[in-house]
Amino acid sequence: MYDLYAKILNILRLPEIIAQLTWAVIPFACIAALMVFVVIFLVLMERKFLAWLTVRKGPNRVGPNGFLQTFADAIKLLFKEDIMSEETNKLLFTIAPVIAFAPVMIIYGLMPFTEHLIAINIAVGLFLVFALSSLTTVGIVLAGWSSNNKYSLLGGMRSAAQAISYEIPLVIAVLSIAVIAGSLNLKEIVTAQSGGLFSWNIFPAFIGFIVLFICSIAEVNRVPFDLPEAESELVSGYNTEYSGMKFALFFLAEYAALFIMSVLISTLFLGGYLPPFNDYLSIILLDNIIKNQAIMDILIHLEQGFWLVAKTYTLLFLIIWIRGTLPRLRADQLMGFSWKFLLPLAFINLILTSIIKLAIQGY
Amino acid sequence: MNKLIENSIKKDMLINVGPQHPSTHGVLRLILTLEGEIIKDTKPVIGYLHRGKEKLAESRTYFQYLPMVDRVDYLSGFFYQAALCYAAESIGEIKVPKRAEYIRLITMEFNRIASHLLWLGSFLLDLGATSPLFYVFREREKIITLFEELTGQRMMYNFYTYGGVKKDFPEGWIAKAIDLCKEMPKLFDEYEAIITKNPIVLERTQKTGILSKELGLNYGITGPNIRASGVNLDLRKSNTYSVYNETDFKTCLAQSGDSYARYIVRVQEMRESLKIVEQALKQIPGGTPEKLKVKKVNCNCNREECEYCGFDSKLAEKKINPMTFKLPIGEATAMIESARGIIACYLVSDGTAKPYRIKWRTPSFSAVQILPELIKNSPYSDLMPIFGSLDVVLPEVDR
Repeated sequence: MYDLYAKILNILRLPEIIAQLTWAVIPFACIAALMVFVVIFLVLMERKFLAWLTVRKGPNRVGPNGFLQTFADAIKLLFKEDIMSEETNKLLFTIAPVIAFAPVMIIYGLMPFTEHLIAINIAVGLFLVFALSSLTTVGIVLAGWSSNNKYSLLGGMRSAAQAISYEIPLVIAVLSIAVIAGSLNLKEIVTAQSGGLFSWNIFPAFIGFIVLFICSIAEVNRVPFDLPEAESELVSGYNTEYSGMKFALFFLAEYAALFIMSVLISTLFLGGYLPPFNDYLSIILLDNIIKNQAIMDILIHLEQGFWLVAKTYTLLFLIIWIRGTLPRLRADQLMGFSWKFLLPLAFINLILTSIIKLAIQGY
Repeated sequence: MNKLIENSIKKDMLINVGPQHPSTHGVLRLILTLEGEIIKDTKPVIGYLHRGKEKLAESRTYFQYLPMVDRVDYLSGFFYQAALCYAAESIGEIKVPKRAEYIRLITMEFNRIASHLLWLGSFLLDLGATSPLFYVFREREKIITLFEELTGQRMMYNFYTYGGVKKDFPEGWIAKAIDLCKEMPKLFDEYEAIITKNPIVLERTQKTGILSKELGLNYGITGPNIRASGVNLDLRKSNTYSVYNETDFKTCLAQSGDSYARYIVRVQEMRESLKIVEQALKQIPGGTPEKLKVKKVNCNCNREECEYCGFDSKLAEKKINPMTFKLPIGEATAMIESARGIIACYLVSDGTAKPYRIKWRTPSFSAVQILPELIKNSPYSDLMPIFGSLDVVLPEVDR
């Protein structure tokens, strides 16, 4: 790929140093574009589904059937005045949204969306994902503290408390996947699940799937764990004082994290980009028709993307459904739930999967 | 330096909630002292919606004042008009036709359901669930459409008058109302299926905001709030104003006195109210629209059935002129059971066309007073659910 890129630049008579410098930027430009695109339609999807769940019509003015509503909202947010109150800590107040946003963006680069579509394929991918996703909390705490607003402060503190209680069952639930796959590389974890529906990790580690699903909802601060921005108590929680693009960054980070968490769960438990059948559909259906290997590769590539997106959006729909149904937990109940219920479950899951792994493989 | 750190550690956080806060149900302001997330002290500040409803009465005639009382509680306007009408009727000894009493009862009970429905939605919104709000509005809309058809208004009805109600039911109204009564319990089942046994709702509402019997009685808490603490106080049973004694219903009680008990009591009350309405719609006596006009007891017509049915054969006295309507010298208190508790209207008449003094006793006022006792030492997250469970309507507090 790089050679092709260098050739194109060469035709344009640009020195090769530019190719070397810009090559690293391209994946991130793609990731950023993907992220914004995903978030815009995820927000639209959420609003439409919620409207459907609550006997409303949802956005239906901008564009056909309200299709462009989120674009309009995004443009509005871009043009809004950036208000900062006198007594905020200006530096931290400005940095906080970036700290909340940047890690999520890097996680996008770590995800194997298809077999080849993975920007950073490193050996400790899984570990890095969780290291980065917990960084978002730092941004939220900073935002809450630097706003110089008591509601924001409470929201930020709650976020920290929530992160502490949820990271542990989350990581232990994921540990079972590392045990099964024998690797921390996300691509290898996916490859280890090949062989159809029943070789997905959800079967040996179903409890882990449940724990991870609940924890990831808490991780992205969604109902019923949306304590940091509990509207009925904390006005808008940590982002009360934010407006304009800074608020948009928080918003973007939240929804981007929601999407990427669903991608992660699909990758870890639902076979990632692999199909639920023994082989790819395109191979099963079109093997005799299409003889050209290159076209077949492209088809498989697209199919992998399709499967991942389908799994991800099923999970996203579940999360939106939960949001439409459940009330919010209280901070202390949330922590009790996490420490007394999820953590033991995660441990049970780890032990069970280890036993299964031993039984199948021996030492 | 050490002292500074000590102070900053010990210092409680003073936090101001409202009057512009997304969930204070209006314009209540609370000054909270927090220790961490635990509420140590609360000071409610009220008066942001004070319109001087009591004083305004003194410079207006009875009929001019009548439309204003709807606004005391915008969610259940019928009750306030009813209280004022009952007070005036007992001073003036104005007899109300039975059909009018039935119409009052039906509208009041429907109003109670509408009010409780909205409470249910906002209570769950306080708990963080957004969907129920839309569902209750869907159902409330059905009741409000009926009201609109009957009174021409959706919220501020101005429908009752001294001695009866202003209009008879329009054609087909009763059939529609009966249909609604049959439809509603299924919808209540829907809510109960998703709320009553929801573990998160149980976790959030049980054993929070416990209101003991004694505390509630000392503070003058009434209505569903005190019934949830096990006090059998229901004026519809004990005072038998209107025609409640002709309908069969039971007072809903719960014993624990927590937020959940208040929820249970209100949901059951909605079902009971439907029963009352259904019976009343079947029992309602017939008559011409003239029946509904004001008629005094001492009309000297010497007919036995004159009491309220006298106009079956002939028209009653002339309809009263709102400009010359006067009450004799006297004073009276009318107490009725509204959606939120007992409302009392103390009316003093000096024989002129304007009331000398009107005093309202509103249930929400007591409910706000007790809030500091209920939320003491509970987490900040519980503030709004407990406050919401008391069903406070701020215009009613400030009057």
